[in-house]
Amino acid sequence: MVNCFHCGDPCLDVEIKHEEKSFCCHGCKTVFDILHDNDLSYYYDLEKTPGISPKEIAGKYDFLDNETIVEKLLEFNDGSTQIVSFLIPSIHCSSCIWILENLNKLNSGVKSSQVNFPEKTVRITFTAEESSLKNLVILLSRIGYEPYISLDDSEKKEKYINRSLTYKLGIAGFAFGNVMFLSFPEYFEHSEFWLDQFKPFFRWLMFAFSLPVVFYSASGYFTSAYKGLRSKILNIDVPIALGVAVLFIRSTIDIVMDLGTGFFDSLTGLVFFLLLGKFFQQKTYSYLSFERDYKSYFPIAVTRLFKNAEGKTVEEQAEVYNVKKGDRLLIRNNEIIPVDAILIKGNALIDYSFVTGEAEPISKQSGDKLFAGGKQQAGILEVEVLKPVAQSYLTQLWSNDVFSKDKTGIFENITDSISKRFTLVLLTVAFISTIFWLMVDPSKAFNVFTSVLIVACPCAIALAAPFTLGNVLRIFGREKLYLKEASVIEQMAKLDTVVFDKTGTLTTNQKNLITYEGLALSEEEKQLLTSTLRASSHPLSRSLYNILDKNNIQTLDDFEEEVGKGISATFNNNSIKVGSYEFVGFYDEMTSEVKNKTTVHISANQVYKGCYIFNSEYRKGISEVFEQLGTDKDVIVLSGDNEGERERLEMLLPEGTKLYFNQKPDDKLNFIKTLQQSGKQVLMIGDGLNDAGALKQSNVGFVISENTNVFSPACDGILGASQFNKIGDYLNFSKRGVNIIKWAFLFSLFYNLIGLSFAVTGHLQPVVAAILMPLSSISIVVFTTVATQFVGKKLRTDINK
Amino acid sequence: MTIIYMLLAISVFVALIFFALFIFSVKKGQYDDTYTPSVRMLFEDELVKEGASNKANTSKKTITNPEK
Repeated sequence: MVNCFHCGDPCLDVEIKHEEKSFCCHGCKTVFDILHDNDLSYYYDLEKTPGISPKEIAGKYDFLDNETIVEKLLEFNDGSTQIVSFLIPSIHCSSCIWILENLNKLNSGVKSSQVNFPEKTVRITFTAEESSLKNLVILLSRIGYEPYISLDDSEKKEKYINRSLTYKLGIAGFAFGNVMFLSFPEYFEHSEFWLDQFKPFFRWLMFAFSLPVVFYSASGYFTSAYKGLRSKILNIDVPIALGVAVLFIRSTIDIVMDLGTGFFDSLTGLVFFLLLGKFFQQKTYSYLSFERDYKSYFPIAVTRLFKNAEGKTVEEQAEVYNVKKGDRLLIRNNEIIPVDAILIKGNALIDYSFVTGEAEPISKQSGDKLFAGGKQQAGILEVEVLKPVAQSYLTQLWSNDVFSKDKTGIFENITDSISKRFTLVLLTVAFISTIFWLMVDPSKAFNVFTSVLIVACPCAIALAAPFTLGNVLRIFGREKLYLKEASVIEQMAKLDTVVFDKTGTLTTNQKNLITYEGLALSEEEKQLLTSTLRASSHPLSRSLYNILDKNNIQTLDDFEEEVGKGISATFNNNSIKVGSYEFVGFYDEMTSEVKNKTTVHISANQVYKGCYIFNSEYRKGISEVFEQLGTDKDVIVLSGDNEGERERLEMLLPEGTKLYFNQKPDDKLNFIKTLQQSGKQVLMIGDGLNDAGALKQSNVGFVISENTNVFSPACDGILGASQFNKIGDYLNFSKRGVNIIKWAFLFSLFYNLIGLSFAVTGHLQPVVAAILMPLSSISIVVFTTVATQFVGKKLRTDINK
Repeated sequence: MTIIYMLLAISVFVALIFFALFIFSVKKGQYDDTYTPSVRMLFEDELVKEGASNKANTSKKTITNPEK
């Protein structure tokens, strides 16, 4: 078997020899030629077989002739210089970066292009006189880097990157380092001539450094504490803000009254470590998006047909948002239908896998209703719009309230739940010890009060969760579970109900289990069948062809394919019909067993033979997953399909698993809502757009994805399909992670006790605080990191079991 | 020893310059994509070599209108 020089795929049907190299198709050969003729064959030296075979795009980008659409896509336009950013999902290696950054060799209009590899985007600056947006898109598509343009791009969003955390961290680190140096001399010498001379200068310099730390770097803690107090919640930021404020005030009083050096190094160090924790917790998978809705799937423009003044039908490219009820649209092969519509003309074979996860396309007759979100698979369609984009059956789901709510704000995280008690105890200790000293030695009372608040500042507690969760997040990423943010892990540990979607989630959408029912086929008939199927491009024919023996393939005498119905062929006076039950010529009632399933019927020489049944294949290990989850959780299957698969599912899944069928997208959402109202913590696992509502409503929503480059609906985490049978292990791991946080809390409380014993007795010197504070923080970081790595190793062995 | 005032002033000044450069580079987005530049920097030389060796014997074709 020879592999393609360009894309590396095996050359199956044909092998094209060109310049002593083999190519799997003409597309790959053309790309090679383009690159070779333009001195760009270094592309193939960088990586082996880096290419992507280009797809047919004829007419697909005609909408880029429409000025208003182009204007919406451009990032910058002054009439001659234009800038555009494209998302190119097929970017995958260093050769891709190289070729895309050398686009100017292929199109003289391109001034510069810059790839952002993690985000899979390329930003192109070009001159409008020498090139156009359409030319660029077509060029990119021709060399295999087809940009992904969707309805989402039509709304210009200011690309705002919040870098304030980096600034805050930078300032805190800068101040911390400088203040530490300035405070050192006084720790080592007590009364030395020169030191006494410079002391005030050093101290005021430290004060100056701490100003931006308190008022800028730590500002987030003050606002969060204020918000918390206003809604009567003692979150962890309350004692932190209190600690920072007291540290600053006490230190300032100390240097003003010349009582001591103050705690500026502890103050700046505290803020620096806290921000470091926040920074570590942020781990973004920039090429994945967790916020997608239907707009990322839908096209930006459609072809609209209208009659001009002379009564002729004309095509125009219209923005999807401008399509109204009653408009006639032209849907080309492989285009997505963006609206609910009635089929007027053409053979519809609609693939709803984006929406339902169902891999098999459905055929429709003219007069049938087509729902938005389906992809046409067989030629050109003409449809009449029933409902515009925003009001279609599918997109109406997004008008539900859940999509405007922010999920993260609702639940109390583990740190806040401990900080409530912690803050109360802390304040009690502070007041009791102050009252005690007021009676014993009033001069020390202020000292003790502030010392308690300073030393008990819960830096270590605040660091426990971010570092543990940050580590767990990274371990999950290594095991192909990509989480949106760290707080999802805490939610995962609490789940008690797991709801699965069926199609596309429990079933794979790649392989099909095909069985034959009926009269046995003779050798000749089998040969004829494979020869017939070979000529058809229908997805069912392709998958059936793939499982059959490919001996003695003949050239057929006659072959005819009726799109959406079936194929008929003759060879040596034998005729065969393959397709739907009606097509093969029989009108009796089908057995109910077969009725609800995807079938391909066969008749040979006008005699009905039987049918191939396409059973959806369930993912490996689903029985084990359900059993493992079933031990301590409710497991439910929620399917949008009919009950055709009920029996098989009941056989596969452990007894007592609840199965619900015929669930519409809204039903799924409401089902989850009802579960939650009865106090359940629900994990929803789905895959298609029809699960979007349920995913959003659930406490944690995961999407199963065969390929992380393909877009998945808004969710909290994306799970690689190969890892499906490990869901139980992942949930257990998140529980272990939360346990580590609890141990870390105990650990840091122990440090607080040591510190408090200094503070309550009035012995807290700045140097003690300066040692204790970083020591506790660093040891917590070390503890959580070591512990999570240890547990992570265990997860690894569990998974590979 | 009063020189220490000047020394300190200089050292703080130098530190502030570096700090300002850091803020400037963050603002310019230099830390937004930390991966691509690491790959890109390895390309430059190869590109020159490629252009020099091939220019002599191949005539350059430029695709201006790829539709045709």
